[in-house]
Amino acid sequence: MTDDHVTDDHVYLSLAEASPGPEGEGRWAYGTGFADPLLGVDTAVPPGLDGADLAAYCLMLGDDALVLAQRLIEWCTRAPELEEEVALANLGLDLLGQARQLLTRAGQADGSGRTEDDLAYWREEHEFRNVRLVEAPNGDFAYSIARLLLFATARGALYEALAGHADPVLAAVAARGVKELAYHREYATAWTLRLGDGTPYSAARMQAGLDAVWPLLEELFTAHPVELRAGVDPATLRGPVLRSVAAVCAEAGLTVPDAPGLAAVGGRAGRDGVHTEALGPLLAELQVVARAHPGATW
Amino acid sequence: MTAVAGTRASSGAAWTVAAAVPDPELPMLTLADLGVLAEVTEDGGTVTAWLTPTYSGCPAVAEMAADVDRRLRAAGFAEVRVRLRLDPPWSTDLITPEGRRKLAEAGIAPPRPGAGAGTGGGSTPLSLGPTRLVDAAAAGRAAVAGAPAPVTCPLCGGTDTEELSRFGSTACKALWRCRDCREPFERVKEI
Repeated sequence: MTDDHVTDDHVYLSLAEASPGPEGEGRWAYGTGFADPLLGVDTAVPPGLDGADLAAYCLMLGDDALVLAQRLIEWCTRAPELEEEVALANLGLDLLGQARQLLTRAGQADGSGRTEDDLAYWREEHEFRNVRLVEAPNGDFAYSIARLLLFATARGALYEALAGHADPVLAAVAARGVKELAYHREYATAWTLRLGDGTPYSAARMQAGLDAVWPLLEELFTAHPVELRAGVDPATLRGPVLRSVAAVCAEAGLTVPDAPGLAAVGGRAGRDGVHTEALGPLLAELQVVARAHPGATW
Repeated sequence: MTAVAGTRASSGAAWTVAAAVPDPELPMLTLADLGVLAEVTEDGGTVTAWLTPTYSGCPAVAEMAADVDRRLRAAGFAEVRVRLRLDPPWSTDLITPEGRRKLAEAGIAPPRPGAGAGTGGGSTPLSLGPTRLVDAAAAGRAAVAGAPAPVTCPLCGGTDTEELSRFGSTACKALWRCRDCREPFERVKEI
């Protein structure tokens, strides 16, 4: 991100001039960071939608995806097998891509012109709108898998419903995301079955992971006024999601926990910016480079 | 030529140039083979190329856009714009028959046509894909109605193959191995 907003068209033009010819040195390292994830997509907010509500809603979904992407990527160099490390990083990449589009959309819809980088790197903890489920530390592999199973099932169901949303950008992110989340859900399901239906020890670890993450599920179904105005009432997802998770548990020989949801603080939780103590350190790591070198490009 | 929303076919000199740009991660395919190049329009002196990214997090989008921009300018088009089109989303069904042939030639098993990941949302039943599909005739068994065809090894043509991991070196590929020739290979997975 730079202070003087260079348009992407100009960036492409300068790159083209710097390396003329179809076979020129037109390659550069990934991560140069100039690409607008919604390049050229119509930025208008459709009539009948409130821009502030749409922005707040995109921020909620984008923050869920961004924070869980960060948690998934923490498994790099720590996963039990190389293939799982690659898989978890792939899932994180999908979520990061969704987050980039949703945060960009939020900055357009509220009229602030804030970029994805402004929103990801320069907001404070209380300004993040993700549910607490995604910020919880990874725990052991079983806990991470249990969290992924719950999130992917719920987010897949939500994206299904949002694919017909009046905002074309949100609808497109959801339509793309529903198939990505299907792969996430399959991955989490396969591991839940493997561990739950494995040895008594692996089953006990999987059950413990599921039990530990369960109190964080309810928040995903608790409607915030913004969700009711701008999106889908998440309470309508509770039945289908719980039935789907219960079917996986039954197949895996696991018991569906019945623990109550983690209480809100004075009626406020993640969607209001009230988080657990786990979010601060996560954001510190996520934001440290951008804050140490404001406006840096490379 | 004017833009027609939703059309993916295109023609003309600008299309021909943009369609020949190789994919950064699968350079044996062009962006047109891959189905990423949705449309190219020419309006007055301005050429606009529309790209549909594959996965949400595909890191190659910026490079694709810059490559298309550079090739078009090098071909003499002065005013070039590259734009993203997110709707309809990309699907492996958009990979052309030519693209599938080139993938197989390069040792990458192409995706099955019409075999997207389905709706897959939280409310639909899961259908966990098998990690190994046996060719019924080769195994001397009756074919199961509706069962997907086995994945053919792009290296030896064998059909006794199995999935090692659904996630590989790029977002769009899975890791497989052939039990006939014992070689690992990559496969573009359906989405």
